[in-house]
Amino acid sequence: MANKSVWSDNRFWRRSATWVTGFASLLLIWLTFDTSTQIAMGNDKDLQNGVTKRVPGPTVINYKITYEMSAKRGHEVPVIGGNDGKGGSLFKEKEKFFGRDDYTEKEAGALLHLGKLASQAKNCMDCHTLLGNGAYYAPDLTKAWLDPAWGPNGAMQALTGKNTREEAIAEFLQHPDQYPTHARMMPDLGITAKEAKGLVAFLKHMSSIDTNGFPRNFGHMQGAVNGK
Amino acid sequence: MANSYLKSESKQLATWYFTFAAILFGAQLLFGLVAAIQYVEPGFLYGILDFSIARILHINALVVWMVFAMFGSVYWLLPDETGIETVGIKVGKLLFWIFALAIVIVVLVFLFIQVGKADATTIWFITEGREYIEAPRWADWGIVVVALGFVGNLFLTGMKGKQTGIVTVLMADMIAFAGLYLAGMFFTDNISVDQYWWWWVIHLWVEATWEVFVGAIAAYGLIKMIGAHRQVVEMWLWIEVAMLFGSGILGLGHHYFWIGTPEYWWEIGALFSALEPLPLVAMFIHVLYDWGKTQGAEEEKGNSASVINNKPAFTWFVLNAFGNFLGAGIWGFFHTLPQVNLYTHGTQFTSAHGHLAFFGAYATILVGMMYIAIQGTNGIKVMKNTRASIWAVSLITGGVVGMTIALTIAGYVQVLVSRAQMGATWAAYFDGQSGMWFVQAMDWRLIMGVVTFIGFFFLAKDLLTTGKNPVHEK
Repeated sequence: MANKSVWSDNRFWRRSATWVTGFASLLLIWLTFDTSTQIAMGNDKDLQNGVTKRVPGPTVINYKITYEMSAKRGHEVPVIGGNDGKGGSLFKEKEKFFGRDDYTEKEAGALLHLGKLASQAKNCMDCHTLLGNGAYYAPDLTKAWLDPAWGPNGAMQALTGKNTREEAIAEFLQHPDQYPTHARMMPDLGITAKEAKGLVAFLKHMSSIDTNGFPRNFGHMQGAVNGK
Repeated sequence: MANSYLKSESKQLATWYFTFAAILFGAQLLFGLVAAIQYVEPGFLYGILDFSIARILHINALVVWMVFAMFGSVYWLLPDETGIETVGIKVGKLLFWIFALAIVIVVLVFLFIQVGKADATTIWFITEGREYIEAPRWADWGIVVVALGFVGNLFLTGMKGKQTGIVTVLMADMIAFAGLYLAGMFFTDNISVDQYWWWWVIHLWVEATWEVFVGAIAAYGLIKMIGAHRQVVEMWLWIEVAMLFGSGILGLGHHYFWIGTPEYWWEIGALFSALEPLPLVAMFIHVLYDWGKTQGAEEEKGNSASVINNKPAFTWFVLNAFGNFLGAGIWGFFHTLPQVNLYTHGTQFTSAHGHLAFFGAYATILVGMMYIAIQGTNGIKVMKNTRASIWAVSLITGGVVGMTIALTIAGYVQVLVSRAQMGATWAAYFDGQSGMWFVQAMDWRLIMGVVTFIGFFFLAKDLLTTGKNPVHEK
């Protein structure tokens, strides 16, 4: 036994496995602390003070949101309340959401809470993807709020007969089977007007999350049809 | 179920787990077929059993049958490994019924109530609406209790009896497996935080703890079926644990590229998930090498008979070695680098990977364990393949590989058209979905799904009847 190589020694490998697992776990825990701080939801003060958060506070629904190329980051980022000229957010330009742009932290938070609950209660993720995760039976909703289809000249505003993004989306969510866009239709999930408003707030908030440039080129390719 | 060959109550309980697992396997395939038909014929069961519900049932049945078969495998091997009867077997039997009953209730609620109002009651009693772990909160707590009872039995038995390397690995692995579930049991308004912890359950289960579990089961199977040398097998097992946890734990980073988490996950996720296939190569080599070595040693002694004492189980174990490497390793590596994943994230690519990986890494070896249980239950010395065994393994494997190829092609179309070319909007999505190659791929996926389903009937027939078949050597 004295000449036995360490490489064929079970005890050596057992200890290696323990050390490797322990080290990887500790590194993951350490990174989790850092990431948790970075993805904690911001608040209204941050928005007013021009502090960019990876996940902004719920009152972001009072602002205009766009998705623009940042030369510094090398990919698109959500721009809140206007572009500062360097690809960052100005936090100035407001945008009415169901007729108001002065939702308090509490009101906006309640809407977001309702919307997030509704997104789970209706199993959204089992057809759609949110932040790219979910099922692949229906479009990704990460930046759906910014989809040109819901915009002023978009097909969905025309189809639903509404004049704003939020009203068009809310109308669609309440009666998806009345506005079929393809053979594959969204079923009626009994979404109430209130829940629909919450869901739209949830979608608008999600579009303001910094997703490191996913999805690429979102909504910037509307000119291309069937590869032409 | 009790018979003269099955002295151990632990093994008897294992057969209960395997039986329920096999039934759920059938349910998984049935709801998968419904979902596959809906891709081809969107009006199918529209408003009655919508895609979302079919998919919830398809994937939850998958997860649960695997957990049942995993519990069954542990209850089966514990008496062999520890040399004693499993401690707390009465509790184990009670927990089986609680678990099974809870699952039946959850499935009935999914089927007939489906969705609820946007409030906490829905989260607690109807659906939690978080992909793969939709089970409502009450069931979460039920699962925690059942898992704790199971882990408790495993620990008490492991500490009282002989603690082999395999049992040690299982003890460490199963406590992590149970503990991780807790990360998926809270509600937050912050979707990024939600998905951060959600992946702790999903990823650290299937790309860490479940893989280590497979390593332990493969080790047990090799000793049991071909008489591989324990010292060698357990050394490999420890190497695999080091490699699997070394790559898999931080490989979690490949889910943190686009969910709001910081950029450094690009580098961490890319590096460690690129290493994830390595242990799967090691496991592949391990199974085939040990087989060749043991057979060679016998032939040296002049015995030309096969060293395998359970042909159908060994077939599934070898398929596991291939399938794990191909499905989890290669198909996973395809889209794991952030430069590629930016376009492939959330497309049928993931679905292709999911089908081959879950089948290759888990379904195969767990079906293999079912055959080992049949061998033990019927006191068979050398178990042979029957015609049904061969049809089952061929049709199921062929079907899953066919679905994987079809979904890979569908994913390609989706990535190129919907993502790269059109920019990921609603219109872009449907442009991709209506492309000719996508549509054809979905037709093929359905056909291959039917092939898999037919294979399941052969498997069910074989599992039910092969034990009494006179071809085996008693």
